[in-house]
Amino acid sequence: MSQIAAKPQPVTPPPAPSRVRGKGIRGNTLWFWIFVGPFLIGLLVFTYVPLVWSAVLSFFEAQNTVTPTEFVGVRNYVDMLTNGNFISSLVTFSLFALFIVPGTFALSLALALLLHRARFLRGFFRSVFFLPTACSYVVACLVWKLSIFNGVRFGLANTVLGWFGQEPVAWLATVDPPLYWLPILTARLWLQSGFYMILFLAALQRIPRELYEAAYVDGAKPGWQTFWNITLPQIRTTSVAVLLLNLIAAYQAFDEFYNLLGNVPFARPPLVYLYYTALGDVQDFGHGSAGALMLGLLIVLISLLQGRVLGLGRTPDAER
Amino acid sequence: MTAETGGVTGRSRSGAVAAGVARYSALVVALVLFLVPFYLIVRNGLSTDRDITAPEWQLFPTDLHWENVTALFGGEIPLLTGLKNSAIIGVVQTVGQLFFAALAGYGLARIPFRHANKIFYMVLATLMIPSAVTFVPTFVLVSSLGWVSSLRGLIVPGLFSAFATFLFRQYFLSFPRELEESARVDGLGYWGAFWRIVIPNSLNFVAAIAVITFIGSWNAFLWPLVIGQEESSWTVQVVLSTFLTAQTINISQLCLAAAVSILPLVLVFAFLQRWLVQGVAQTGIKG
Repeated sequence: MSQIAAKPQPVTPPPAPSRVRGKGIRGNTLWFWIFVGPFLIGLLVFTYVPLVWSAVLSFFEAQNTVTPTEFVGVRNYVDMLTNGNFISSLVTFSLFALFIVPGTFALSLALALLLHRARFLRGFFRSVFFLPTACSYVVACLVWKLSIFNGVRFGLANTVLGWFGQEPVAWLATVDPPLYWLPILTARLWLQSGFYMILFLAALQRIPRELYEAAYVDGAKPGWQTFWNITLPQIRTTSVAVLLLNLIAAYQAFDEFYNLLGNVPFARPPLVYLYYTALGDVQDFGHGSAGALMLGLLIVLISLLQGRVLGLGRTPDAER
Repeated sequence: MTAETGGVTGRSRSGAVAAGVARYSALVVALVLFLVPFYLIVRNGLSTDRDITAPEWQLFPTDLHWENVTALFGGEIPLLTGLKNSAIIGVVQTVGQLFFAALAGYGLARIPFRHANKIFYMVLATLMIPSAVTFVPTFVLVSSLGWVSSLRGLIVPGLFSAFATFLFRQYFLSFPRELEESARVDGLGYWGAFWRIVIPNSLNFVAAIAVITFIGSWNAFLWPLVIGQEESSWTVQVVLSTFLTAQTINISQLCLAAAVSILPLVLVFAFLQRWLVQGVAQTGIKG
């Protein structure tokens, strides 16, 4: 079949700021700072100042104190990279992201596609799938840990296994095979798929119907053919956004690991490790700061790399 | 909805019916899976531990134990403290964040200033580093200010959202200029135009961002855990987590506490769903 050419998306130039009659440059400058200044001061004080302060601390011994003591150069960085725990936390994150990013993408897109063509009760189903967004990770982990994946007989998962004559499974305590990943992954899937479903629904609704009608005239069959050739290319921008947001969110994984597993060495993502390093029994802000800065830098690098690889901002027709 | 014609779509009616049945079957299965956790919260919250641990699964306890509710607020779980703190933090943080972000977004979008782009890129730069990763640096600062275990420490760092500012700037860039021109004719400056013309015409967008912000604040966990080191400053999420990770667990009491903690947000969802969906969809457009 012939390739369907997507309609080029016109990029309107940003509106030129209109000059205000009767006001000189001085008036505009003053009003700009009145509007933007308070936010900017807050951003500087609570984002940039902490980063700089922490960068300084990372070159000092700073246990149980937030002021620098003995200068140690890059020892905090070397320690973090060589003691194995920080690297292990990055491995945990990588495994987690490997499943949760495509899993969330697939589930949220599937829900959006199901809803997009539903004729009846669409609003009702959308509300139900979106409702977990109201739930916190703590509440979800409470249900997952105490009820669904409780390791004793009366857990819901074990009750279902019992119907098939299986013995109860200690889901969160089984390391080999690593069954704890199932509750970890399903909790996050349940919590965040509805949010991304809304993004996909909005993107699907923006696809011009004429593209499909033209494809049908050319003999294309509804289903996978139109999905691959029309739907997926048209929602490319949203797909890139969903993947990026998912990856950054995966780096921030803390709540479900902390509440479901706690401080266990075999499944401790970066934030959980940094939490126990900087705020555990020994409040080690030197090593904690070094770890936080390296993690932040890593996230920035991967975000930029992923943006470049996925062609962030590139229009769909540029592919052809 | 266009009428389906055999010639154009190539789809037979029986095929359409089969596809529809398959679609709604999948939707119903997903519906059940998505609702099960909510069902479990309510079921366990109104059960006794003996009901929960019974050999045979009980859909609902034989007697709904509403006395669990009264026991909840007099028991060992300091839920009232958590709810009070979370409500204060959520409201103050939402109002404050909206205030700073809307003003800054409007200034960046509408007031000509030669360094506006540089400042906007500085704001964007902070979006590259999620706030969860900066909890160590921010704790260092807040600790030096003496704000640990205080509402100030819980609220103030979250008031300045680069993401909300970014959304407002994008929104105001597409705000119709004619409305502002009429404000100019009436002699209103930037301040008057903003509060009397722009904000009243943007209430849907403001409401959407407000709901998203409040939910994020209510459900926040890592920062309240880091700062709330004394029980008096615990948020509802820290309360639940503390007892979830404790040695002795009272399942029905904890599930009921969980039900109470999500009730405000479920109500928000029920009444503001339209705005919420619109707000989420708009974040995708800008993203």
